[in-house]
Amino acid sequence: MYKYDTYDQAMVDARVEEFRDQVRRRLEGHITEDQFKPLRLMNGLYLQLHAYMLRVAIPYGTLSSAQMRMLGDIADKYDRGYGHFTTRQNIQYNWIKLEDAGDILADLASVEMHAIQTSGNCIRNTTSDQYAGAAADEVVDPRPYAELIRQWSTFHPEFSFLPRKFKMAVIASDIDRAAMKLHDIGIQIVKNEAGEIGAAFYVGGGMGRTPMIAPCINPFVPIDQFITYSEACLRVYNRYGRRDNKYKARIKILVHELGKDEYTRQVEEEFAHLLSQNIEPPLAELERIKAMFADPPFEAGAPDELDRSDPDFALWVDNNCVTHKQPGYIAATISLKPVGGIPGDASGEQIRLMADLAKQYSFDELRVTHAQNIVLPHVKKADLYTLWQVLEANGLGTPNLDLVGDIIACPGLDYCSLANARSIPVAQKISQRLSDKQQEIGELKLKISGCINACGHHHAGHIGILGVDRKGVENYQLLLGGSEAADTSLGQITGPGFDEDGIVDAVEKATQVYLANKEGTERFLDTYRRIGMAPFKEALYG
Amino acid sequence: MKILTGNDLKTGAVTWWDGVQWSLHVEDAVDVGDHADTILAREMAARRVNAAYAIEAVKDEQGVRPAHIKDRIRALGPTVRPDLTLKPADPTAGDWVI
Repeated sequence: MYKYDTYDQAMVDARVEEFRDQVRRRLEGHITEDQFKPLRLMNGLYLQLHAYMLRVAIPYGTLSSAQMRMLGDIADKYDRGYGHFTTRQNIQYNWIKLEDAGDILADLASVEMHAIQTSGNCIRNTTSDQYAGAAADEVVDPRPYAELIRQWSTFHPEFSFLPRKFKMAVIASDIDRAAMKLHDIGIQIVKNEAGEIGAAFYVGGGMGRTPMIAPCINPFVPIDQFITYSEACLRVYNRYGRRDNKYKARIKILVHELGKDEYTRQVEEEFAHLLSQNIEPPLAELERIKAMFADPPFEAGAPDELDRSDPDFALWVDNNCVTHKQPGYIAATISLKPVGGIPGDASGEQIRLMADLAKQYSFDELRVTHAQNIVLPHVKKADLYTLWQVLEANGLGTPNLDLVGDIIACPGLDYCSLANARSIPVAQKISQRLSDKQQEIGELKLKISGCINACGHHHAGHIGILGVDRKGVENYQLLLGGSEAADTSLGQITGPGFDEDGIVDAVEKATQVYLANKEGTERFLDTYRRIGMAPFKEALYG
Repeated sequence: MKILTGNDLKTGAVTWWDGVQWSLHVEDAVDVGDHADTILAREMAARRVNAAYAIEAVKDEQGVRPAHIKDRIRALGPTVRPDLTLKPADPTAGDWVI
């Protein structure tokens, strides 16, 4: 894992004291809320429905045990005993007091964490593959490149006031587990025929009210130029992105309106100019970072077999664990989606337990997934049964990864001031309704957003749900056919919306159409793509 | 009726204007008639409330009920965590929101 150097720590510590002073001045009345708001947002502090909400950055979703433990402690000490893991691999606390904000940031800084750039029109937390460093199919570990982006983008003076927020993702395998093409910039680290490492750039994707899939504008940027290329992409956006209309201010609108070819031409022109300025960080810095992401000391010759005689354990292994690059090891996902639970929520006690388990069984390391779960990336197979027993005993052993109960849901109207409808109760009802059938249904990615901003990724769900406000009453639109994987696609609305109970019935009917028409090993998405919308509409509205 | 709501500056807690000060309980809210702007300007300048605004509500035998679901959720707390609402002992409190 990356360790702060003296510069990192000094910057974060200075920011803590700066914000502590800004809070003091606000509480004493020396600055107004209008003056204070952009300052608190730059430190991840929102004012939400019930209280202040603090969003803490978890770079590329990677955490040490000590960091995870601190997140649990903050939940208990400053909040109401829980935290909410988000679709940007971050964590949010919903009940923060302004007067505590400085102390919380200081506690975070003590474990090399912060809340910088988790809001505002700047480059946000860079996300990545939750199995990075463990996946058998990756070209390289993408996290050193994500870390270099973090360093380049943090406090970048030119990109602190962009037309709108800016989200980047970095992966290094053909299987996309990070919704890479639905980001402002998605980067896939690739290897060319000569064996050289480079970066494929996908620019102009996003969800929100105008969902778009990012086109590839350059399939291979040499790795010793990829920060310069990122700078060129941002610079063209910063220059020409629309600032007159916030709904048209994301880079996806610029790329769409200019056209991919013209946007690319301008980026390449800027790139050529920037190359002459020699702004790329020295390769030695990248090598320094890469050294911190070296493999942990895996045990050579560790047994590769699992005792699957306990059927509940075997089911959990089949659903929640994936092949590791190192024989004898496995990557295990801890589902934060118990049947009827709140997606992504974990108590302080559960957070600390996961920290302890990572220390004991996963080389001190955890990952937050964009699907709001937690991964222990490096578990020895010989330890897996013991680990599972502890998880199971503490409500963390739900075997539903990528099944219909593994629902992504934004906080919705229960917490969010932007939301139009509640997301969580719908997720809870669907989870309960279909829990007995989810193994039969198989892979089905269901995503719920409480408003058009799409924090719940509804456009990219095999089944997506969008909550809207119809004359003061919650209403839910159903979408089918989205995907955030390498076969990225955007869901299509089925027709008129439903009320809260009606949307649960509608989802169940959609699964019934799938099961009735499924051929072979088809997933829900495969069947939908083969038979199209008509049979689903017939079942829903016929 | 028109009532005023906002958040406590220090704690962020949802508050309601009761005619004299800011209460945690929506049932204390009073009709401010045409005086919303005056009260809001005065109270926010004094930092007794933050991000305050006026909303429509009705008053019946059950008390004051904000017109929009968003403000009813603010008044009670998250419907998915009854234990964190202002009425943790009342399992049916969420019905008031819907």
